[in-house]
Amino acid sequence: MKKLLLILSLLVPTLAMAGEGGNFPAAPINMSDQASLQRGAKIFVNYCLSCHSASVMRYNRLKDIGLTDEQIKKNLMFAGEKVGDTMMVAMDKSEAKGWFGATPPDLSVIARARGADWLYAYMRGFYRDNTRPTGWNNTVFDKVGMPNVLYELQGEQRLVTAPDETGKPASHLVLDKPGTLSPAEYDKAAADLVNYLVYMGEPARAVRTHMGGYVLIFLAFMFVLALLLKKEFWKDIH
Amino acid sequence: MAKPEVDQSKRRFLVAATAGAGAVGAVAVATPFVSSMLPSERAKAAGAPVEVDISSCETGVLKTAEWRGKVIWIVKRSKQMLDDLPTLNDKLSDPLLEVDQQPEYCKNATRSIKPEVMVMIGLCTHLGCSPTPKFKSAEGDMGEEWKGGFLCPCHGSKFDLAGRVFKGSPAPINLEVPPHKYLSDNMLLIGVGQDGKEA
Amino acid sequence: MREHVNKSLTSAVAWIDERFPLTANWKAHLSEYYAPKNFNFWYYFGSLALLVLVIQILTGIFLTMNYKPDAGMAFASVEYIMRDVSWGWLIRYMHSTGASMFFVVVYLHMFRGLLYGSHRNPRELIWLFGVGIFLCLMGEAFFGYLLPWGQMSYWGAQVIINLFNSIPFIGPDISLWIRGDYTIADATLNRFFAFHVIALPLVLLGLVVAHIIALHEVGSNNPDGVEIKKHKDPKTHIPLDGIPFHPYYTVKDIVGVVVFLIVFSCVIFFAPEMGGYFLEANNFIPANPMVTPPHIAPVWYFTPYYSILRAVPPLFNSQFPGVVAMGASVLIFAALPWLDRSPVKSIRYRGGLYKRWLTVFVVSFLVLGYLGTEPTTVWGTFDKHVILLGGADRATVVARFCTAAYFLFFILMPWYTRIDKTKPVPERVTS
Repeated sequence: MKKLLLILSLLVPTLAMAGEGGNFPAAPINMSDQASLQRGAKIFVNYCLSCHSASVMRYNRLKDIGLTDEQIKKNLMFAGEKVGDTMMVAMDKSEAKGWFGATPPDLSVIARARGADWLYAYMRGFYRDNTRPTGWNNTVFDKVGMPNVLYELQGEQRLVTAPDETGKPASHLVLDKPGTLSPAEYDKAAADLVNYLVYMGEPARAVRTHMGGYVLIFLAFMFVLALLLKKEFWKDIH
Repeated sequence: MAKPEVDQSKRRFLVAATAGAGAVGAVAVATPFVSSMLPSERAKAAGAPVEVDISSCETGVLKTAEWRGKVIWIVKRSKQMLDDLPTLNDKLSDPLLEVDQQPEYCKNATRSIKPEVMVMIGLCTHLGCSPTPKFKSAEGDMGEEWKGGFLCPCHGSKFDLAGRVFKGSPAPINLEVPPHKYLSDNMLLIGVGQDGKEA
Repeated sequence: MREHVNKSLTSAVAWIDERFPLTANWKAHLSEYYAPKNFNFWYYFGSLALLVLVIQILTGIFLTMNYKPDAGMAFASVEYIMRDVSWGWLIRYMHSTGASMFFVVVYLHMFRGLLYGSHRNPRELIWLFGVGIFLCLMGEAFFGYLLPWGQMSYWGAQVIINLFNSIPFIGPDISLWIRGDYTIADATLNRFFAFHVIALPLVLLGLVVAHIIALHEVGSNNPDGVEIKKHKDPKTHIPLDGIPFHPYYTVKDIVGVVVFLIVFSCVIFFAPEMGGYFLEANNFIPANPMVTPPHIAPVWYFTPYYSILRAVPPLFNSQFPGVVAMGASVLIFAALPWLDRSPVKSIRYRGGLYKRWLTVFVVSFLVLGYLGTEPTTVWGTFDKHVILLGGADRATVVARFCTAAYFLFFILMPWYTRIDKTKPVPERVTS
């Protein structure tokens, strides 16, 4: 038993390491906030879906986040697809590669690959860079092929490099031209979008955690029974 | 091994309780596995109701549509065709539609919502072949008495223009009317009935 | 009523018994299989391994109903299972979590063997079948990991198959033959699927049956490492320290199963990715032969061996020594019954030498396992002024020490187990 504890104590730091997901501040998202998920879905279909598909995400799955088929059709679908279709893009893949240097990736599970924090930093990290073909660059994805599609909302940022207190060069973003949203509003919109992307990465998540509770309650009950049964039979053994 | 002082009834109770709880657990585990074999969301999306525009339909001409991989027939029937339907009753197996092969709202003389528009699943109720339209009266090999209908090429089942099966056909029951409704005068929706029921 | 049911049941069993040894097998393997009465915590993992095997086979069958072993469709078909198939996510998470839990359970089961000398005479063959099962499991894990066709699937398989390249003379031909293409491609995926879902499971099941038959032939070991068959009741010939497996160990194992299921469910329902150890983030990016992810590491259960591979320096620009060391680190378990020369089996009666070496082994294994998940630069480099080691990666140096310790545990075993100061072994099991 002592050995076991030793092993466990050795394992704990290893598992704790696993929690680290890069050095980005935590994205302020809340998976149970349906209004935020709905706003995120709207941003997604309006801005992302023109270039990025979500080829395994069905429109009618959005019922998960409190929408009805009619609402989905009216507010989120523009190309006359059926509500049971997946979120495809009309854009030709090879043309897209010509425009952006890379095919815009499918975003169905992007949140599971990148993590919410990275995505949140990315959505806020665009700045003007005239050396880039699109005129845009990003603080967390250097030389990114994608332009800032949300610049109308966010405005235009500029990267400023200046020495910090210790004299080391450090860079930060400055808002040059304001967009239609204030910085705080834009951060909220970015969080909504990330929230939606996280949901889309695993739509079954809510059901999963909900179910898990019941399963554990049942197993706890089962454990008590099994323990009583074992104790009863082992009375025979001396 | 069991000692005389062992409380056998307690032991039996615990065995039964654990076995019972285990069985409940096993059923609970089996449920997701069994239901994973039902049609997936993709299959459901592919089998979703289909809209059919019938404005271009000409009287007496067969229009086909597809719903859930099945052929759907749509025919606009002429006055003559409709008038002929009741005269066939004594030659049919189930003229009064006792077998449940149509939604409630189509349980009428023409087996349809609008009398002139026939909507039918075009698969023979015998072994699932798709019958051939034989719309003309007294058409060639169909005999003098023929008032128009369908003939199954596989085993010769005959149906009238309301999909009702003639006596002596291998097919036991009438053709099936799918759930459907009119979205507008000329727009049909196949797959959801006007009572809101899906197939 | 009850009498009537009992009577027809008895006659049904009699009917079967005339044609198939049902009762005889029931007795031989359960109700009259006498197991030592002093099993402790460590003896749960055998039945748990069997449970995980069943879980993997069941969930695997249902996954194959919707998975497409086609390079163009595999990735999407996994997401199809996760979303469009009803309860598909649960079945998939059970399978992905089951894979890792299989190794957790099997590693603990093997460690039990090291603690109580379960590999020793007369159980050498049980141990060998067990090593076979372990190899099969590693194969299952390796082949299965390609199937989701994500970036980690692709590049993990790429690295492992390229290891065969380093075999002198025939290496490149062998890896070409394994892939069936010039790169990992549809052909590779298809054959890995065949191995994963039918070839290896058949071998695995056969080995598990052999493992259990051999065990029931000689009887189970126990934490005291004494043979209970030495002291039998003169009349009944039942071992005095033995109790029927059924009902005593069946009811005990049910407790273990429920506890295991609680842990299993916690992972499935609340942390199916297990912080990236059970499901890696990069594997949610479809396989792309043009882009290697910045950091690739095997799944956690392979990392100790992967560390050994990296720790062994190349010879004449060839990775071959590392590959040999990695292979040896797994296969050397098979030699254990003959390396161990101690007069006693259980750690309870062994001396300090074995205990110390076992601790060194376990610590090395865990450190190697950790280092295998990280890049070699994880602990930085030694200062330039350090003699001999100046400028070297700290992690690599530590991995080399651990690799040496890992192998010395086995190689020196004949020596330290013989000279170890053992304690007297009791005649009968202690309670």
